[in-house]
Amino acid sequence: MDKVEKIVDEKYVKRKTIISFLFFFLFIAGSIFAWNLLQRQPKVDGALQPLRKGLTMNEWIFSHMFSDKHLSATYAKNLAAPKVRVNGDAGLKNNSDTANWTLQLVRKPGDTLRLSLAEIKSLPKSEIVFDFKCIEGWNQITHWGGVRFRDFMYKYGLTKQSSMKYVGMETPDGEYYVGIDMPSMLQSQTLLCYEMNGKPLPMNQGFPLRLIIPVKYGVKHLKRIGILFFDNEKPRDYWYEKGYDYYCGM
Amino acid sequence: MKKIIQKHPLAIRWLHWINFPLLTIMIWSGILIYWANDVYKIGFGDKTLLKFFPDSFNKALHIPFRLAEGMNLHYFFMWFFTINGIVYFFYLLFSKEYKLIFPNRHSLKEAWLVILHDLHIKKGLPPQKKYNAAQRIAYTGIIVLGFLIIITGLAIYKPAQLYWLCAMLGGYEWARIEHFIITILFVLFFLVHVLQVILAGWNNFRSMITGFEVVKEKKEIIEKKEEKTNG
Repeated sequence: MDKVEKIVDEKYVKRKTIISFLFFFLFIAGSIFAWNLLQRQPKVDGALQPLRKGLTMNEWIFSHMFSDKHLSATYAKNLAAPKVRVNGDAGLKNNSDTANWTLQLVRKPGDTLRLSLAEIKSLPKSEIVFDFKCIEGWNQITHWGGVRFRDFMYKYGLTKQSSMKYVGMETPDGEYYVGIDMPSMLQSQTLLCYEMNGKPLPMNQGFPLRLIIPVKYGVKHLKRIGILFFDNEKPRDYWYEKGYDYYCGM
Repeated sequence: MKKIIQKHPLAIRWLHWINFPLLTIMIWSGILIYWANDVYKIGFGDKTLLKFFPDSFNKALHIPFRLAEGMNLHYFFMWFFTINGIVYFFYLLFSKEYKLIFPNRHSLKEAWLVILHDLHIKKGLPPQKKYNAAQRIAYTGIIVLGFLIIITGLAIYKPAQLYWLCAMLGGYEWARIEHFIITILFVLFFLVHVLQVILAGWNNFRSMITGFEVVKEKKEIIEKKEEKTNG
């Protein structure tokens, strides 16, 4: 494409310039107006409404693209950090009675099974060394052991429940809680975890049982699971209520 | 009478100016996200020359503790930024405008002459069409950076689903560093770009809004003469 030349009078240049700049300033003013309008929108669970809608749309797109065949990268055990960074202590601050801890598995409302750590440990054990990613942006290769959530579901005959949309989990004191979509929970790398670096979980990593779910940010890896239940509606979620994305999927 | 020359097609002008607020929002929200793990710095050993970002910078712009807001903005406007970029790229291809922007085999050598000229070391410029060789390289470079910012962004956004992409970029940590460096390059490009536009003057700036540039000096005089003789 070559340059197009034209001979015009000065009035034409002036008129064209004014019209174009009018559109230009309208565009700039419109952009600023739109930005201010966005900031004035009501908040839905801590996030501006249009942005919350955007997150929901992203969730729809990426949960449809989700495949349980896409695994998070795994590493050799010797690459795992000996000192594991703690990403939060919400739900662990109240000295709950871990000696008498049981997992409350709500198969359906009114039908709760109480499981001891020994019972959970008797299920086939899996280990994973993966790159733990915090929503803040840091990451660390860490080594965990426990039972695959999908194996757990199978052993306890929870086939009906596995066709529900969400799993909800809460700490014994109810201070921290998450909701996670079923496909991510049933992905083969998701663990109900009771070991870190080959030893029982330390207290600050959620002794006796925590969630490890490599396809989610750290905020979803709930520590010290007190209650676990199934729902077709989104269970309440601690960070979601503070304006974060519900899905948090990678 | 004036002679004008059509320089920027309407589509290019709109796409250029739409990109401006979008890129601004992407960089701003990116800074809000980056703050939550602001570990990058320039330095050697224990010596830090420049921390990204200095506390005074964060404080002045009220950046701390806005991670959620940053992510929500970033993951909303990323679509518009990406779509705008894709439309721009395909417009270049189908309108053949790319021939005026992508470098050719002379560009590298000529770009050097342009730099010498701009630094007032050497007089005279190689003949050019819409853009000189240095501009061709810079503007094509920014398109490549646009592509890379999307690719590295995707890799840190979905490192499990796009594990192959993340691995290709050297892993999650590297992809995040690359995403950050490209952003810095965008900012540097912006600064030089604005400086060059200021130096180039009104006629050039106006052309990104009106589309045309008024042809000055010699040619204009010749035309006036011609007019007279014709008259």
